[in-house]
Amino acid sequence: MAQIIKGRTGEWEIVIGMEVHAQVTANTKLFSGASAVFGAEPNSQVSMVDAAMPGMLPTLNAYCVEQAVRTGLGLNAEIHATSVFERKNYFYPDLPQGYQISQYLHPIVGKGKIEIDLPQGDVKEIGITRLHLEQDAGKSLHDQHPTKSFVDLNRSGCALMEIVSEPDLRGAEEAAAYLSKLRMILRYLGTCDGNMEEGSMRADVNVSVRKPGGALGTRCEIKNVNSVKAVQMAIDYESRRQVDIIEDGGTIHQETRLWDPTKGETRSMRSKEDAHDYRYFPDPDLLPLVLDNAWIASIKQTLPELPDQKKHRFMQDYGLGAYDSGVLIAERIRADFFESVAKGRDAKMAANWVLNELLGVLNKDGKNLDQSPITAAQLGGLIDLIVDNTISGKIAKDVFADMYATSKDAAKIVDEKGLKQVTDIGAIEKTVDQVIAANPDNVAAYRGGKDKLFGFFVGQVMKETGGKANPEIVNQLLKDKLK
Amino acid sequence: MTTIISCIPPALPSTLPVMDTKTVKKVASLARLSMTDQELESYRPKLENILKFVEQLSEVNTDGVEPLSNVVDIALTLRTDTLTDGDLQQKILANAPESTEGFFVVPKVVE
Repeated sequence: MAQIIKGRTGEWEIVIGMEVHAQVTANTKLFSGASAVFGAEPNSQVSMVDAAMPGMLPTLNAYCVEQAVRTGLGLNAEIHATSVFERKNYFYPDLPQGYQISQYLHPIVGKGKIEIDLPQGDVKEIGITRLHLEQDAGKSLHDQHPTKSFVDLNRSGCALMEIVSEPDLRGAEEAAAYLSKLRMILRYLGTCDGNMEEGSMRADVNVSVRKPGGALGTRCEIKNVNSVKAVQMAIDYESRRQVDIIEDGGTIHQETRLWDPTKGETRSMRSKEDAHDYRYFPDPDLLPLVLDNAWIASIKQTLPELPDQKKHRFMQDYGLGAYDSGVLIAERIRADFFESVAKGRDAKMAANWVLNELLGVLNKDGKNLDQSPITAAQLGGLIDLIVDNTISGKIAKDVFADMYATSKDAAKIVDEKGLKQVTDIGAIEKTVDQVIAANPDNVAAYRGGKDKLFGFFVGQVMKETGGKANPEIVNQLLKDKLK
Repeated sequence: MTTIISCIPPALPSTLPVMDTKTVKKVASLARLSMTDQELESYRPKLENILKFVEQLSEVNTDGVEPLSNVVDIALTLRTDTLTDGDLQQKILANAPESTEGFFVVPKVVE
């Protein structure tokens, strides 16, 4: 694990805290009734409130509040019955108000914790410091013109949850595991789609280094890390950079740095140097947000089974290993698919067909499970045919390929192609006798001690029967007759 | 009665406010106001007077008194998550000094 960097003067520990901005899944914005859907014509989803026209007043979206509370509960966090919206003041062309409505001293969600999954099946608890609701800014495009920037305010005012972790993460792998787990939880809860490409989930990474067990070092905040892989690369680069500076006798200055994915490096954002004086104060347009405890409890009632609970249940109820369970619960739709296949069937067989066969081929085609040509019921039908000896496991793979290509039921394919397994001992015996009669040299060699030739005989019988002979019967008959 | 909680950071030890030119300059730059040295100097005593005036409030003992966020005891109004606004591209861009293809156009702001 890359938790430790070896420098010239000894070992350094990497300490990481993350601030994740997750766009709340909602139809409209946090304080206006304009659409919050991604990908529309520029500035077509902007209300006068979002454009900060004089005299416009914000009205809080009740569903966004509910989503934040649901997320807080999913992060095992305390929900604050009273929270306050404040203004964070700064100037930027994509922030028409000149301030962002955010929460500062009194966020809606306080301390919580989640578990992250590490290689070797270990888990580690990571503290959540807080979650607060805030407005997103608009989007600036800098590459459209040599001397101008283009601004689209469609995203301006969309609801974000800023989720802040404790500096509990050590090294790039843990940071990646945290981000993946957080995204999984948000998706299970349905509170954020977790789509990092579209920017609905963005991470700022705080990195510092220290002598193992020593006092915390000065941290740098890295922005613009927009994928799990980028998070890992940025941490590896930044921690190395800091160690080199310290070992060369320099000091780290607290600053905001930008991850440059093309160059693979972080660089100082000079524009942010003076930006940290945000002069927060309570937004005079908004009263404190007061939640009813009974309402919070009612949301708790509607929480879905969360990834870790599901994982433990799969291991206990289905007898699956930690790794397979982890892969199955990675997406809710995948876990649901597996459970409908496994219902009333051998769970390990179901897991095997879902993981190794179906997900394998879907992955190869770049498809998601919701685009699968084979339904859970159909895959279950195929397993039933194996279990009741209608087809062998080997034929089943061919049937599966046909199902994938045609979306037909397994039974129909077996019927149409005449793939039903031959279990009639008399018929198989006849073929076995023919094969033995046709290969006297090999029979002699086998009886003379070349045990490996057994596979040859099985292959010949299978060839003659078009692969349909029951393998167990074939093996037994051959063993008896070749004695 | 809604619970009212403090958003005011812990009070600094009460001292007579002093406003120096450096602070005036910083406040101006945070507000994106460009000022000459002469202007900075003329604002310095004015701002200091405002602070002194407000500082009188610290004479009142407010121990145990919760800050008042509104005087009529109304609750925050919330709305449902229904699409009611937007689709105003032309109006939104109407006052922009420059726009193209639906975007606001501003001087380049990236480093």
